[in-house]
Amino acid sequence: MTPAGWLEQLKVGLWRDNPGLVQLLGLCPLLAVTTSAVNGFGLGIATLAVLTASNALVSATRRWIYREVRIPTYVLIIASLVTCVELLMKAWVPGLDRSLGIFIPLIVTNCAIVARAEVYASRHGVRKSLADGLGMGLGFTALLVAIGLFRELIGSATLFGRLDLLTGGEPLPGLVLADGGWLLAILPPGAFFALALAVAGKNVIDRRRQQRLRDAMPGRTGVAGTR
Amino acid sequence: MTSVARSTLSLGIIAAICTAMVAATWLLTRDRIAANEQAWLERSLAPALGGLAFEGTISMSRLDIPPPHGLPGAEAAIVYRVYDGGRPRAALLTVTARDGYAGPIRLLLGVTVDGRVTGLRILRHRETPGLGDRIDQAKSDWVLQFAGHALGDPPLERWAIRSDGGAFDQLSGASVTPRAVIGAVRQTLVYFDAHRDELFSAPATEDAS
Repeated sequence: MTPAGWLEQLKVGLWRDNPGLVQLLGLCPLLAVTTSAVNGFGLGIATLAVLTASNALVSATRRWIYREVRIPTYVLIIASLVTCVELLMKAWVPGLDRSLGIFIPLIVTNCAIVARAEVYASRHGVRKSLADGLGMGLGFTALLVAIGLFRELIGSATLFGRLDLLTGGEPLPGLVLADGGWLLAILPPGAFFALALAVAGKNVIDRRRQQRLRDAMPGRTGVAGTR
Repeated sequence: MTSVARSTLSLGIIAAICTAMVAATWLLTRDRIAANEQAWLERSLAPALGGLAFEGTISMSRLDIPPPHGLPGAEAAIVYRVYDGGRPRAALLTVTARDGYAGPIRLLLGVTVDGRVTGLRILRHRETPGLGDRIDQAKSDWVLQFAGHALGDPPLERWAIRSDGGAFDQLSGASVTPRAVIGAVRQTLVYFDAHRDELFSAPATEDAS
């Protein structure tokens, strides 16, 4: 794959087919852990690692995976990878592991990962699948961090609080802007509002871009857009 | 080979590879995880003693009390004994308040040998962010009010939140959570009062894993 090909593949995951914004997959962890940017980042990176590794493994073994047992095989591979990631997190970022709790083991059930294995990795080469995993993982992480930042800012009036969960050491309060925020944002409804805003925002930007493109080429209206 | 046998074989081989991968990771991380947990334990036990002076490590004196016991919670209660020069000094009791708003609340209560609370810490909970989760010492000072109190100070029936006629502060907007915590503390103190001598003379539980 050329560098341009890699870039194109990453863009698909980050923006065009973002697993959270467009495919709306993996919403359970997305909505549940994004109470702060650090939590979002931690789960995002863990998901990214599992997704990339599972895509590579599924793609590398795709000739030996039989159709009838492919879903159990994917689940087996993904569950093993998640267990490995969880052990590694317990060993090197124990604070974050404690803060994310059950949502690390639950990556197994993140349908975004099985979906990529089934839709992409089982039909493409290792390098392409790797790029797809990276792109989708980065897209998921970016969305988690963005929603985490937003909810943390409104809900607790801090930015990047508890960075010590990633680095270890004494608790760090982060950038405290006010004493307490609008609680609703870090409660479950806040997660839905934040996601709705993000999805709407993406649609607005895409539509504007399409409009601009159409204006630039008046002769070619009606051509299927550049989603 | 039939297709069933083929599928079974392929699934079996992949399962073996995956198991090997997990086993390797476990071997790689085992010591670090054990060390992390030990360090975290010592670190989380110390504050509940409120600066009490003693010799030795706390985590070596662990005693597991399997259910049924008179302590709050359905799971085994873990007690760490603190001795100073061989004489009992204090005990740390890990118990579970089962009636939290969002599931059980695991808490750690430090009590001196004569029954006075040295400190209370919340170990695990899933209470509502911004409401019940202020029992967490990282969020508010609510748990600190118990230090220095004992059974009889205030009297047993006043071990409750103010709105229930008790002597302790509640949390605005959340009453279920503090009620559960105080109830568990009261029950633990009553148990400690009745079983003090057995607790301190029992041998440590081996293999605290």
